[in-house]
Amino acid sequence: MTTAAAPVSSQSGAAVAPPAAVPMSGRVKKKLTSRFATVTAVVIAVLWTVPTAGLFISSFRPANDIRANGWWNFFTDPAVTLDNYSEVLFSTSAGSGQLAGYFLNSVVITVPTVLFALALAAFAAYAIAWIPFRGASWVFIGIFALQIVPLQMALVPLLRLFSEGVSIGETNIIPAPELIGAQRFATVWFAHVCFSLPIGIFLLHNFISELPGELMEAARMDGASHSRIFRQIVLPLIGPALASFAIFQFLWVWNDLLVALIFAGGNPQVAPLTVRLAELAGTRGEEFQRLTSGAFISIVVPVIIFLALQRYFVRGLLAGGLKG
Amino acid sequence: MTARPLNRRRRAAAGIVGLALAATACGTGGSTASEGEADADASLPAGCEDYADYAGSSGTEVSMYTSIRDIEADRYVQSFEEFEKCTGITINYEGSGEFEAQLNVKVQGGNAPDIAFIPQPGLLQRFVQAGKVMEVPEGTAENVEEFWSEAWKEYGSVDGKLYAAPMGANVKSYVWYSPSQFEEAGYEVPTTLDELMALSDEIAGSGKKPWCAGIESGDATGWPATDWVEDMMLRTAGAETYDQWVNHEIPFNDDAVVEAVDAVGAILKNEKYVNAGFGDVRSIATTSFQDAGTPILEGECFLHRQASFYANQWPEGTTVAEDGDVFAFYLPSESEDSKPVLGGGEFVAAFADRPEVQKVQTYLSSDEYANTKAEIGDWISANTGLDVANVKNPIDQLSVETLQDESAEFRFDGSDLMPAAVGAGSFWNGMTEWINGAETKQVLDGIEESWPSS
Repeated sequence: MTTAAAPVSSQSGAAVAPPAAVPMSGRVKKKLTSRFATVTAVVIAVLWTVPTAGLFISSFRPANDIRANGWWNFFTDPAVTLDNYSEVLFSTSAGSGQLAGYFLNSVVITVPTVLFALALAAFAAYAIAWIPFRGASWVFIGIFALQIVPLQMALVPLLRLFSEGVSIGETNIIPAPELIGAQRFATVWFAHVCFSLPIGIFLLHNFISELPGELMEAARMDGASHSRIFRQIVLPLIGPALASFAIFQFLWVWNDLLVALIFAGGNPQVAPLTVRLAELAGTRGEEFQRLTSGAFISIVVPVIIFLALQRYFVRGLLAGGLKG
Repeated sequence: MTARPLNRRRRAAAGIVGLALAATACGTGGSTASEGEADADASLPAGCEDYADYAGSSGTEVSMYTSIRDIEADRYVQSFEEFEKCTGITINYEGSGEFEAQLNVKVQGGNAPDIAFIPQPGLLQRFVQAGKVMEVPEGTAENVEEFWSEAWKEYGSVDGKLYAAPMGANVKSYVWYSPSQFEEAGYEVPTTLDELMALSDEIAGSGKKPWCAGIESGDATGWPATDWVEDMMLRTAGAETYDQWVNHEIPFNDDAVVEAVDAVGAILKNEKYVNAGFGDVRSIATTSFQDAGTPILEGECFLHRQASFYANQWPEGTTVAEDGDVFAFYLPSESEDSKPVLGGGEFVAAFADRPEVQKVQTYLSSDEYANTKAEIGDWISANTGLDVANVKNPIDQLSVETLQDESAEFRFDGSDLMPAAVGAGSFWNGMTEWINGAETKQVLDGIEESWPSS
């Protein structure tokens, strides 16, 4: 379980670090590496990991054992089975599991969403930072302010846009897109991208605007267009920020239940893992043992992504957030 | 509005399949009803004579949204198969655990399902008042008139108009027990409330605790205790007072309610009676309702009050039958003559009035459907056309008998009829506090205050 402990400790480290101004950093560093701090970090990590570990152990216990007693009984009375996994992954009943198909849906929802959001946010951030136009800072403030609008407020209007289009009075300005079957992925992408753009633009803008202006000027002197500057100068330099935003976005979309429920619903063609997971336990929770294995199947991908990219995560977030 | 995409698909599908295109497809206005029907009949596959009433909408789709999922959802899908094959109407079933909240969003967002199974008459009423639910078509109204009792019809109606036909049902007035355990100890199934209390005393006198209970259920913790109170209300105060209480014609903290809650307290808050297999009174609040009955199997507990659907909660391999491991008896009333029954069920509400939607609605309210669905298993309805012989397992047979019993007086689960702030909020929380030691009067006062004023 050391894998799960790693993000916890690095996160707590990150949370403490930012307030440390330059002259204090040495002292803070010393305090953070003291024996006491290490012990505290380990204790916190263990405490945070216990429930997850319990869930993990439970997922290998037989259903009747899970119901009868707690996961710690595993150590005195070990009984291992893969039934929970095979049931949720491969059962033929439409009711119980078939997570494999939903797993794919989750990928189909998450990957394009992350790419769209990254592309749009990077373009917008570059434009606001380096293309001088009237009201650029107002646009930025507007986008920044949008972060405080809770996405729950936008759910019903957005759903209406997809089901009825937009009408003023009797005239239909934007017709309803009439999406059926797998086309409904588009609505989920659209919703997720919309909701992630303000924070994305904000993060990337702070990073991009910090790039030295001399670079851009020199490139422009050499006759480079904005698209060329963006491709050849900006993109290679903002890698860490892009990566951190990508992880952020990936974790958010992968774990999202609300947006998926509303825009994809329980339709097996488009519903992601989270929606399925929420329904796995049965109408009255009579099959709750399935949640143990189901949860771990859905955790696997985010954990891999996080571990693979975590060094960018902390670095990129700080880079964007420290600008002040 | 929602008809648009379907219409387009309907045309396409009809074109591809080539089924009686001219008459059945997009209704160009020229064809008369009789022509349409004649052609549609001709297009029914062999062996589908029973479905003649529902013909004529081949190639259409109906979306269905419910709170029922998992294996029970599979059984619904299975029950539609023949209807779909014969009529050519495709039913897209979708079950969700967030049904109540999601239905609201879907309806608001203009994305309402064609048909929803609403388990709370209170919720149905809200949608009707917002003008979203269609009145039932004539065929459905006739079926309801013929097959359902007045009480059930009433729960599907708002201001005297029928908006939703009843669907599945469950009976809550049951006490689970172990027949073999009873036989060994020489206990008899009680037929009056006094006998039940006497039996509890007898078991308690033998040094064992008679009752086990659990009301933990995630964010709905407390609901099993509200069922207890409702059941007792029907017994100590009678059905009329119960109706007044549910409709808030008498305050929530009325003396009749206090009496009923104290009657529950005589069992659930009696240290000698509970909580067999788990601990003291307070352990009721932390025991999940799914697990609460299991001590019966281990011989630690004798009585567990829970609805008929608890049959699915027993561990695999448990025989639920009168001569099996566990079974249920009717929670007796004060005398053998009165037989109030507390129960729940779903209502089929339609948010669209396209012909295919109405056909599905009418089919679901028919006795043929009730029998088809019951044969698949683990499902019952209060449809009086349901033949007990088609119901497979003993507990469902018992439930159907209870529901169809002439002398039984059916009442719907009160917390599903009350405003959500109470029925799915303060009532649940209040009962949890009550189990945790709060005084009856004080708890009921609190719930009364939380009743929405409008």
